[in-house]
Amino acid sequence: MKTTGKVTGIVSNLVTVEVDGPVAQNELCFIDLDGTKLMAEVIKVNGANASVQVYESTRGLKVGCNVEFEGKMLEVTLGPGLLSSNYDGLQDNLATMEDVFLKRGEYTPALDADKKWDFSPIAKVADKVVAADWLGEVKEGWLPHKIMVPFSYEGEYTVKSIASEGSYTINDTIAVLTDSKGEEHKVTMCQKWPVKVAIKGYKEKPRPFRIMETGVRAIDTFNPIAEGGTGFIPGPFGCGKTVIQHAIAKQAEADVIIMAACGERANEVVEIFKEFPELIDSRTGRKLIERTTIICNTSNMPVAAREASVYTAMTIGEYYRAMGLKVLLLADSTSRWAQALREMSNRMEELPGADAFPVDLSSIISNFYSRAGIVVLNNGQTGSVTFLGTVSPAGGNLKEPVTESTKKCARCFYALSQTRADSKRYPAIDPIDSYSKYLEYPEMEEFFNEKMEQGWVSKVLAARNITLRGKEAYDQINILGDDGVPMEYHLRYWKSELVDFILLQQDAFDNIDCQTPLKRQEYMLNLVLDICNKDYHFERFEKCVSFFKNLINIMRQMNFSEFQSPEFEKYKEQLHNTVENAL
Amino acid sequence: MPSNVFQRIYTKLEAITKATVTLRAEGVSNDELALVAGRLAQVVKIKKDLVTLQVFAGTEGIPTNAEVEFYGEPPALNVGEQLSGRFLNAYGEPIDGGPKVEGERRYIGGPSVNPFKRRQPSELIPTGIAGIDLNNTLVSGQKIPFFADPDQPYNQVMADVALRADVDKIILGGMGLSNDDYLYFKQKFEDAGALDKIICFVNTTEQPPVERLLIPDMALTAAEYFAVDKNEKVLVLLTDMTLYADALSIVSNRMDQIPSKDSMPGSLYSDLAKIYEKAVQLPSGGSITIIAVTTLNDGDITHAIPDNTGYITEGQLYLRKDTDTGKIIVDPFRSLSILKQLVINKKTREDHSQVMNTGVRLFADAANAKTKLENGFDLSDYDLRCLDYAKEYSNRLLSIDVNIKIDEMLDTGWELFRKYFKPEELGIKQSLVDKYWNR
Repeated sequence: MKTTGKVTGIVSNLVTVEVDGPVAQNELCFIDLDGTKLMAEVIKVNGANASVQVYESTRGLKVGCNVEFEGKMLEVTLGPGLLSSNYDGLQDNLATMEDVFLKRGEYTPALDADKKWDFSPIAKVADKVVAADWLGEVKEGWLPHKIMVPFSYEGEYTVKSIASEGSYTINDTIAVLTDSKGEEHKVTMCQKWPVKVAIKGYKEKPRPFRIMETGVRAIDTFNPIAEGGTGFIPGPFGCGKTVIQHAIAKQAEADVIIMAACGERANEVVEIFKEFPELIDSRTGRKLIERTTIICNTSNMPVAAREASVYTAMTIGEYYRAMGLKVLLLADSTSRWAQALREMSNRMEELPGADAFPVDLSSIISNFYSRAGIVVLNNGQTGSVTFLGTVSPAGGNLKEPVTESTKKCARCFYALSQTRADSKRYPAIDPIDSYSKYLEYPEMEEFFNEKMEQGWVSKVLAARNITLRGKEAYDQINILGDDGVPMEYHLRYWKSELVDFILLQQDAFDNIDCQTPLKRQEYMLNLVLDICNKDYHFERFEKCVSFFKNLINIMRQMNFSEFQSPEFEKYKEQLHNTVENAL
Repeated sequence: MPSNVFQRIYTKLEAITKATVTLRAEGVSNDELALVAGRLAQVVKIKKDLVTLQVFAGTEGIPTNAEVEFYGEPPALNVGEQLSGRFLNAYGEPIDGGPKVEGERRYIGGPSVNPFKRRQPSELIPTGIAGIDLNNTLVSGQKIPFFADPDQPYNQVMADVALRADVDKIILGGMGLSNDDYLYFKQKFEDAGALDKIICFVNTTEQPPVERLLIPDMALTAAEYFAVDKNEKVLVLLTDMTLYADALSIVSNRMDQIPSKDSMPGSLYSDLAKIYEKAVQLPSGGSITIIAVTTLNDGDITHAIPDNTGYITEGQLYLRKDTDTGKIIVDPFRSLSILKQLVINKKTREDHSQVMNTGVRLFADAANAKTKLENGFDLSDYDLRCLDYAKEYSNRLLSIDVNIKIDEMLDTGWELFRKYFKPEELGIKQSLVDKYWNR
């Protein structure tokens, strides 16, 4: 028997319900408003009164409306067909809704139940299996999508039968498993899982040990993010957070991209809807959309579902990780999710923490970030979820609760600087404030020595040092004047400008410059360092300025040219001559 | 406005604050309207039989035995072609002496467009102002505010932009508009002979502040009618959103909500997003573009209102007085139109983005040179050229009194580059220099 109840109070989307039976924290319920069922989640229970947050507008709701509890938490459906789908925060398929406007109470199935998938078995009859072990696979686009023993299965099972090669729908039985008591369980190609619970079913979670390539020089070269690592991008509005995220989504060397547009602008998501089905992934030659799932709860969609959207995205990410795939999860922006928490906490009249955010904000955020990571599966293969979130700090001030809480748990910090954005130095990732803890990992250093070249990390640090010293010199020049400082200061400053213009700045809208493969990054870093390591003597600082301006101009043309093309080599030649002449 | 058969009347108020009243009533639905002592009010909180209403016109003089009559429906607007050319108040009632607007009744603050059904904005809205068209191009379906200090002529610029834009309807939502500004808009629209495509919803400073809360939803419900039902291109002007947010904080304060930053309600971001996200490019060709005004307190954009707005809108435009030329310009450093990438070099000439970026970078170099000058340092030849360039750039391109076509703006850009600089000082793609330098 389901627990039922009646509405007794309403403040915006916080509704109190008097219940007639047991209810669980985070349990789902439906409120009946003249036949329209509004989904809601229990967030507090006090005696027979349950406070629920409604995932829809509560306009027209009355005291006395009937409520039915579902006996389960918010779940997502996992199975083939998730990729290239467009969901809202509750995993309703946005593409199959008919109306131009979102209708409240309209819930659409996440997966197509009629579509047939070509299945081939992996497990054999009599195999011993546990949760998350692979039973078979289907081709989802070009990706091998593993059909696994449901994550909720506890203990060891024996494969009694497994479907032969052929096409099946997601609800067809593809295997029968027997548990230790001899009971039989039918397994289909889809399963459900509560979003707020992390999917385990792996052997171990080692420290990240290799890079997740993004094609963005300011990230890969200067502050690399590890596969299975975590990072965040805080920045005031207008600094290009979304441009960076989109660039990474297009270029990153991942098998699966999950984008959670959480409480942000709808037009940004529209850009993905429009571009991803057209853009080609240069690594696989397939359409970008084929490896992408979009979870979209834009700022005007119901606030409570915003929180759900990041969890939905993470759960889908963990599902693909269990298949041994490299997943990149992007969430824009986690601040909006924190604000959704704040709105509810406020309506429940909880005692507020800093800036009226709930006091447990920090633990909620770190718990979420901890779900990312590279894992070794039961069969020895690896899978990973790399998580990169944006943060929108109020007033651009990084001393605010969401940024501070995130800084405690994310390992890469990409600070976007207003000054850089104002002077159109994009990406506006601040070279001095930003950091990647992964550069300090010995296993990462080892990896770079092999993948790039011996001593790579110290080269990166040398380039960082040039920008730092350049900034100090610039401050001195500003105080003492061009003629008041030794020539050395001008040299230092202009070397840092060279690093800035050629390595850090990157034109996200130029077809070639937008994506720089690691090999090219290595080449350019060496080229810039070589130039910076030479001794120059100028009589007047004007000469120094025009020399470096000239270098920057030539090297920018190199960045705009196909790598090692005749055009590229021509500019390189020109560069070489210019440098030689100055020595 | 009421048209109900059933109207239960209550006559006992349990509590009164400056903006709300509370009474015991049954069968009341969330968000519905009521009349409290003849004043319009809306249900904002229900706890068992205790109902709290927000009284739009304020509660001054309301006695505990006031009559309360529930309407049984949320605020609504009659929509139809009749709206064209009308001046209405926050409740959608005429203030121009004309007849009541007849038409289909629609609840305001309706549902959002399914993001998957949206189209990508791609139509340029030319305004003739180079500070906008060249550096911060507007696109239909965009939402963008002016961030301006109260003494700046933002309403004038906005009126100019609206009248020059190629749109089917202009809908003005005036919140806390001074009577003078209201008459200014009215006169300006009349002079332009554009009254037939204009609809105004006006709340002036003479009217109660909480009434303002209805204005954006009223204006946008009208906008959705023309954009969705009639496939028209609609431009919505909202001025001043800071006063709207102030009204929000008044109500939340009276309801004992815990304030977050700058004594604004914790839901400010969602409240503003609900309004701005109505901007849309529809698959049928209709569109809603929103240009708003957010007044700043002494240029402070870290205040919660401009800060939250900035995260929602697709860029922002700043006006400032250029002391060198004495003209009001569109600030090229802080202004930004996020959607400009969708039209630049696609709907405009191939050299647009490079001319734009170079022009602004040189202007920044001039600003640095100026700082040097103020600090008493010698200026290099480059610095001096930058300063001369900046003056002419500001005068001929940034100033808000400019009214030219985009190609002309680009040509002017090249002309200035040629006059003051050498190609290698610009860092522009060589192929473009080859093509345009000697034109």
